[in-house]
Amino acid sequence: MRRYKKSPTAGPRADCVGEAAVRTDWDMENQRSEKRAEIMAAPALIEARNLRKSFQAGAGVFVETGRRVRAVDDVSLALAPGETLAIVGESGCGKTTLARMLLRLIEPDAGEICFQGRDLLAAGGAELRALRREMQMVFQDPFASLNPRLRVEAIVGEPLEIHEPHLGRAKRRGRVRATLETVGLGADAMQKYPHEFSGGQRQRIGIARALALRPKLVVADEPVSALDVSVGAQILELLQALQREFALTYLLISHSLPVVAQLATRVAVMQAGRFVEVGEADQVLSRPAHPYTQALLAAVPEVPGLALP
Amino acid sequence: MAPLLEVRGLTVELPTPAGWVRPVNDVWFELSAGETLGLVGESGCGKTMLSLALLGLLPPGARTTGEAWLAQRNDSRNSGSERLNLAALTERERVPVRGREIAMIFQEPMTALNPVLRIGAQIEEGIRAHQPELAAGELTRRAREALEHAAVPEPELRARQFPHQLSGGLRQRAMIAMALAAGPRLLIADEPTTALDVTVQKQILELLGRLRRELGLGLLFITHDLGVVAQVADRLAVMYAGRIIEEGPAGTVLRRPRHPYTEGLLRASPQLKRRKLEPIAGAVPRLGALPPGCAFEPRCPYRRAECSAAVPELRVVVNDVGPVAAPRHRARCILVEAG
Ligand SMILES: Nc1ncnc2c1ncn2[C@@H]1O[C@H](COP(=O)(O)OP(=O)(O)O)[C@@H](O)[C@H]1O
Ligand code: SF4
Ligand SMILES: [Mg+2]
Repeated sequence: MRRYKKSPTAGPRADCVGEAAVRTDWDMENQRSEKRAEIMAAPALIEARNLRKSFQAGAGVFVETGRRVRAVDDVSLALAPGETLAIVGESGCGKTTLARMLLRLIEPDAGEICFQGRDLLAAGGAELRALRREMQMVFQDPFASLNPRLRVEAIVGEPLEIHEPHLGRAKRRGRVRATLETVGLGADAMQKYPHEFSGGQRQRIGIARALALRPKLVVADEPVSALDVSVGAQILELLQALQREFALTYLLISHSLPVVAQLATRVAVMQAGRFVEVGEADQVLSRPAHPYTQALLAAVPEVPGLALP
Repeated sequence: MAPLLEVRGLTVELPTPAGWVRPVNDVWFELSAGETLGLVGESGCGKTMLSLALLGLLPPGARTTGEAWLAQRNDSRNSGSERLNLAALTERERVPVRGREIAMIFQEPMTALNPVLRIGAQIEEGIRAHQPELAAGELTRRAREALEHAAVPEPELRARQFPHQLSGGLRQRAMIAMALAAGPRLLIADEPTTALDVTVQKQILELLGRLRRELGLGLLFITHDLGVVAQVADRLAVMYAGRIIEEGPAGTVLRRPRHPYTEGLLRASPQLKRRKLEPIAGAVPRLGALPPGCAFEPRCPYRRAECSAAVPELRVVVNDVGPVAAPRHRARCILVEAG
């Protein structure tokens, strides 16, 4: 039973074409002011209103069984094309549930989602498939998220096989090779299996799979938290470079404020299913307004500054 | 005064289908009572194997050579002041040492806690193993005290609960209570806060710091997180491919690292202040396929031809800011001028 209205017509809904949130001066070089003006003026790529989702509290111990846990409680957000919105918060605060709703991997209990001007929750069949290929996900655990029995060519080529079946085998292979190259893997990777790669290389394969269809929106759920520092930095750098190259919009989910500081243009701080603070990254990270954001920031263990010759 | 723990040339070898590998390779360090030594390095560099070797919990088939001397208690039933070589104890000799002299806490408390036993009963069991003469009432009192020590709120209620009824942070406190109940002098903490949220992590780090001071514990704190280690450690040892490649006072090593790997880790760590990250190229080498000479050579931006000739020695760093050498700051790199 749907609780949200089906959109009467295809095409952009009038109320979907909202202005992206106003942005202030936050960044030094990688976003020129003309580029920023462009982002500000563009309609939102994805916009969600009043999303809610609750689960039956089962395995949980703190809530008596029978109670419902509000995993996401009245959350609204909009992402402008080309920006990176980071959602930070501690484990269980609802980050993953929110992201899964935005990709329509789970259905919200209530709320609306508008993606590229279309009503995502009302879309079905061919329209939904077409929207889905524009939104892809990069997962936390590069060990668990790749099928161990498939070669890399099949793993990265699978989305192409589903969404662009008309491509012949040779063309698909060419696309896979080119995509692997953009994430820094050579053509020799194609015939190997996931276990033959290190954690960082596997995360590159996961990113290649997400990019094979040239999506607009990439949701990255804790993309470096299973990786070592030296390799995690490689992946963060790669995500930045890919965003510039392919004009990607990122929704970054992370519990780590330093990682968020590295990538985000805007930050939403989530606590118990709600956004308690949303703002420009440098604003939230250096002048947090909400006590919860302040507590999170105060708890981050910082390395003393390097004093190198 | 002799250090609490003196590790000399400790080496662990493991059999693999492709031959023996050395996850811990000729490791030397000292740890004093009341001191925290941070042991940092990326996954697979040998941190956990080193701690398992100290506890005698290595997987079957492992070979240990070298020495790990634990000072004896000066109270006690032990005659004289001889030291125990942890690397050469039989399983029978180990039993009274584990828990009583050395205890360990882990990243995931559920691996250390018994899921079907109440928290209180588990702590009592740990105490009884070393002091079987204690009466039941005394055991209960001591278990409660241990929970109080670890700042577990409502200790009586928690003692009656099962591990799965506690939050992650409380479980970690319960494990700390259990580890410290028999009064060990050396505590090994292996990534104890990695699975916790930052606000809980902060509380656990504060708790460990307080217990170390109050009980005069020697704390070997293993982590991959340079921020965490900056907060807890007095001294720091950085491991790479089984060897300690830099060692010294924590503040000195973090601010003025002298090994290119340590410097690389620092440059690659994201900070709250946004800056350009400088990743280390490549990946940690597999133990079965170590490069000749310096193990970091393939990834090192400063490498030269000599680097692959032989494994560099740990050389004493001569302080470049003042006339006095930094106390015991050493790095395993040919760029450190022989002092
Ligand atoms: N399928 C599910 N069934 C029951 N509870 C769930 C389910 N998925 C998530 N939850 C609960 O919803 C809350 C938010 O979870 P999640 O979105 O995974 O948080 P995060 O990603 O921030 O760690 C948690 O209390 C979690 O236990
Ligand atoms: S010995 Fe050579 S390769 Fe190794 S860290 Fe020093 S400069 Fe780099
Ligand atoms: Mg999550």
